[in-house]
Amino acid sequence: MPELKGDKGFITVLLAEDGPADRMLLATLVARLGHRVLTAANGLEAVALFEQERPQLVLMDALMPVMDGFEAARRIKRLAGEELVPIIFLTSLSEGEALVQSIEAGGDDFLSKPYNPLILEAKIKAMNRLRRLQATVLEQRDLIARHNGHLLTEQRVAKAVFDKITHSGCLGAANIRYLQSPYALFNGDLLLAAYKPSGEMHVLLGDFTGHGLPAAIGAMPVADAFYSMTARGYSPSEILCELNAKLKRILPVGMFCCATLLSVDTQRRLLEVWNGGLPAGYLRRVADGHYVELASRHLPLGVLENDAFDTSCDVHPLAVGDRVLLLSDGVLEVSNATGETFGEERLRTLLRECDEPARLFAQIQNALADFHGEAHDDASMLEILVSDEPISALPMQEYGKSWLISSQDWSASFEFRAQTLKSFNPLPFLLQLLMEVRGLRPRSGELYTVLAELYSNALEHGVMGLNSALKQDAAGFSEYYRQRDQRLSELDAGFVRFHLQIVPNGEGGRLLLRVEDSGEGFAVAEELARQQSPTSLGGRGMRLICRLADECTWDEDGRGVSVEFCWNAGA
Amino acid sequence: MTISAQLSADGQELIISVEGRFDFSAHQDFRNAYERVDASPKRYRVDLSNANYLDSSALGMLLLLRDHAGGDNARISLVNCRPDVRKILAISNFEQLFEIA
Repeated sequence: MPELKGDKGFITVLLAEDGPADRMLLATLVARLGHRVLTAANGLEAVALFEQERPQLVLMDALMPVMDGFEAARRIKRLAGEELVPIIFLTSLSEGEALVQSIEAGGDDFLSKPYNPLILEAKIKAMNRLRRLQATVLEQRDLIARHNGHLLTEQRVAKAVFDKITHSGCLGAANIRYLQSPYALFNGDLLLAAYKPSGEMHVLLGDFTGHGLPAAIGAMPVADAFYSMTARGYSPSEILCELNAKLKRILPVGMFCCATLLSVDTQRRLLEVWNGGLPAGYLRRVADGHYVELASRHLPLGVLENDAFDTSCDVHPLAVGDRVLLLSDGVLEVSNATGETFGEERLRTLLRECDEPARLFAQIQNALADFHGEAHDDASMLEILVSDEPISALPMQEYGKSWLISSQDWSASFEFRAQTLKSFNPLPFLLQLLMEVRGLRPRSGELYTVLAELYSNALEHGVMGLNSALKQDAAGFSEYYRQRDQRLSELDAGFVRFHLQIVPNGEGGRLLLRVEDSGEGFAVAEELARQQSPTSLGGRGMRLICRLADECTWDEDGRGVSVEFCWNAGA
Repeated sequence: MTISAQLSADGQELIISVEGRFDFSAHQDFRNAYERVDASPKRYRVDLSNANYLDSSALGMLLLLRDHAGGDNARISLVNCRPDVRKILAISNFEQLFEIA
């Protein structure tokens, strides 16, 4: 950007005129107005002087020897580049064509002989005003470009930091497909996925109100809490509580996060869904091709105080081959040339008419692109295929140093009673404790699964007396979880006990784990037989426990169970 | 987008009418509608009969109004919602916070 000269109204004026008398006359007139004057006797001289002195305005005779005014004007305009250097043609030519020619060569105005000092002054003033306007526009344009450059750099850096925080996610898993713009973060969209130690997958799709930095800022603590709590085995409800409290605390009133949190449990074939403010997701059943709507039943995160916040999830049975589809409202709001939005109806039609579920995701993507006319980057979408492939890489948790690290010989007992069972999930706490034993760490996933199964059996069938036979079909399934929530909230008696014993054995060791409950017990042999039935929706628990633990025995009355995990030296 | 506010005859209720798109561009006007009133109305009524669009920042503005009007003690009704607008309020479960008629 060249320095702005002549802001006080005085500028340098280049005068190109081959007639010495006219040149002298004009030079005097211009100098009398207070401007500095440079004179040239032909076009070539004028161009050379322009390059040397960069005057702010040019008075140019049209017809001159060596190089005429038209050519000189063209060259000067080229040299001036983006800066506006007004050229006023001096002419005795009154024919229209010559005037047109001078404008085409880059002239901005013309002045006819004989020269009138008043008109000359007025024209210089007007042209100078125009020149300054142009200079201001350029300056502001450059400023905006610079700011935008900074902003993009900042976003890149912020995105890199964010990616570091979220690197542990499992969005890359083979059964997940997703669509998200690299700058989605700055559109307020957030997509997170991670495995629990027991192998359930948690997925969070979030959409903050607003755009840009404010929206992105909220995403950081959400991602952080989501990952650390999932890795420690917390339940969706507990994670939601934490996220809601966090966002309520940090976000200004009026800002919130619409979100869906999923827990996909392929071992127990369960889908838990909490949707607060996002468009309905869909669960496509492989058996009949029907869709279950995963509709929003809650206020978004960050609106309510935690005591009014409802974390209850909808629970659906899953089968291998089922698909879960989540989308942000950006998908439904994709608009076409006439401003019409894609909308829910189009999506539903697409879902209904899809006869090749494996291509569903791509079909939606294509439909959006066709509708919009080009790829759209303000929409986030995710599909999970329920598969029974073993999970390849569970996250390894990082454990801090602690005094228990080498401690291999201890026992502990816990009794959790009704008031505690209502609101506290003891599993992360117990797992954390057991992970102090180095030999157990490689088996954290199996251990967590077994703990979780034992605990939910003790609580649901033991303490609360729920009948797993209810889970025969999808309707009974929902009924089961409805009853579970209800009985839990009304619980006023009962207990679940955990006895943990670590027994050293040479360089290795054993964990003896016993779980007891206050329930009435059950007919162990019958139940084990029943669970062999492959068609049973519920009750995979006992088989799973037997498979994962090294030893496993139920008390005959069904009110207690003992399991054992062993490890060898060097584990 | 036009936003106008009118106090009921007894001064107890402030009626805010939103016309056109209710989105971020309405932010300042919507705030002015309830902040620049020389009265302390007991109730608020947001008339959305002429609002043809509502986005998440509008939801945010409604939360701001709710906060201004006393948070959990606020008495705010959203009236005459068109189906599209109603749908968005329903997805966000705003009927838990506002009376929607």
